Amino acid sequence: MSMLEINDIHVFYGAIHAIKGVSFRVEEHEIVTLIGANGAGKSTILNTVAGLLKPRSGQILFEGKNINSVPANRMVGLGMALCPEGRRIFQQMTVRENLEMGGYSRPAGEIDGSVADVFQRFPRLKEREKQIAGTLSGGEQQMLAMARALMSKPRLMMLDEPSMGLAPILVEQIFDIIRELHAAGTTILLVEQNAQMALSVADRAYVLETGTISMSGEAKALLEDDNVRKAYLGS
Amino acid sequence: MIFLSNLVNGISLGSIYAVIALGYTMVYGIAKMLNFAHGDVIMVGAYVAFCAMQYWGLPPAAALLIAMAVCTVLGITIESLAYRPLRQAASLAVLITAIGMSYLLQNLALLIWGANPKSFPSSMIVLPTLSLFGGGLTISGVTLVAILANLLIMLVLTTFINRTKMGKAMRCVSEDRGAAELMGINVNRTISATFAIGSALAAIAGVLLCSAYPVLMPTTGSMPGIKAFTAAVFGGIGSIPGAMIGGILLGVIEILGKAYISTELGDAIVFAVLIIVLLFRPTGLLGRQVREKV
Ligand SMILES: Nc1ncnc2c1ncn2[C@@H]1O[C@H](COP(=O)(O)OP(=O)(O)O)[C@@H](O)[C@H]1O
Ligand SMILES: [Mg+2]
Repeated sequence: MSMLEINDIHVFYGAIHAIKGVSFRVEEHEIVTLIGANGAGKSTILNTVAGLLKPRSGQILFEGKNINSVPANRMVGLGMALCPEGRRIFQQMTVRENLEMGGYSRPAGEIDGSVADVFQRFPRLKEREKQIAGTLSGGEQQMLAMARALMSKPRLMMLDEPSMGLAPILVEQIFDIIRELHAAGTTILLVEQNAQMALSVADRAYVLETGTISMSGEAKALLEDDNVRKAYLGS
Repeated sequence: MIFLSNLVNGISLGSIYAVIALGYTMVYGIAKMLNFAHGDVIMVGAYVAFCAMQYWGLPPAAALLIAMAVCTVLGITIESLAYRPLRQAASLAVLITAIGMSYLLQNLALLIWGANPKSFPSSMIVLPTLSLFGGGLTISGVTLVAILANLLIMLVLTTFINRTKMGKAMRCVSEDRGAAELMGINVNRTISATFAIGSALAAIAGVLLCSAYPVLMPTTGSMPGIKAFTAAVFGGIGSIPGAMIGGILLGVIEILGKAYISTELGDAIVFAVLIIVLLFRPTGLLGRQVREKV
């Protein structure tokens, strides 16, 4: 049984047919990446898995269970977390409050311990514990968004363009953290426009083009593939 | 001394506006809609308290609790029946529904309680009068209670929003509904709770209002409702301290305007001040600056 299995989903925004029959799967302990140009439908797919959007047809199975009709606010309790595009941290709350909200679905008694764990992984956030999140730098906000998602102790972590808008050194840091999370046993579904980085960290990859999957395979193989290199790696 | 007396009365009336304004501001901040039926929930609260005291012979405190309970249920019902189905609809559709709900409540009240004004049994509410400066300034019990109630409500509400899990969930929903859902927050339930609190506060405001101005009609809630909405905009809609400051300023301006400028133009002065403030500060007095938007 795959951790996540998507079967032929179609997603619409009103009359706009954004996802046109996409299927893929993520096995336990894998890092799978979904790459594609801006507007290909990557965020739409992640938002659909997270329940924020509902597929018009097709199935989404999480650990073998059909979650098509599970409301978004129940997903986190099932063991998945989405770190959304654009971070979407709570700008007017403090860093600590953001983390506490990340643990909203968990028993109150476990929150302090988890916040301490997360601070160990992100010492920078500990220094900023009482600061209003909106005043953090872009890199810190991305760290906070990831830390907040981790607060729910997800088995499947979905990341939507975590490197967007960050300086190269911060991008390296973000990918280091992804490797660490993976090493600690978390399954990862990563969406990126930075195909080079994504393919070098992932086990397998899917290439998305205007709502359909055009290519898939081992990440290493795609990294060598001429078509992929031309279209997504700029060489 | 007369000025001081007017000032205290203005603060007291303003405190009632502030309690009503809280309902507007919380619902606006969290559900992103203007609940124009809010003023009429005040009226329902006042009628329920009226019935409890006049017909069932209950003491004022019990009447208040019953009014709060009825209004809480009413607020939750209005939200789930009329507004929830329109969650994804254009804001104009929601606004028009709210106006329709306002007329519906007024007409139901007309049907149940009739068109004749009822005299609110405010004489049943026995409160000590405060006498200051050797009797130079007397402050009625109701005036005092309104001010204290407002302060207490503000304190409790701020603590609730900042400290409790539901309060924090409300702040999340206010900022980013989708991100709130990703955290596991049930947005519908959070919005329901917001309406429940706003409506319970409306009941308190209704009882305070009719204790001070004891004429009760189906339209009793609309003018205070509009003024409290003005107060919320004045203070910066979405902001809890803004509702308090806007409400009190509005009450003071209204009473002083009536006392020193013109009795007839009192309301006009209130709205003129609002227009002037909004010309210079389109977000209201505390809009934007205040982080604690809900
Ligand atoms: N809220 C929306 N309303 C209408 N169309 C949308 C909306 N969000 C995305 N789209 C459209 O759906 C397609 C996929 O978008 P998206 O999933 O955001 O792509 P990506 O994340 O790969 O950049 C695009 O054509 C985009 O214009
Ligand atoms: Mg995207």
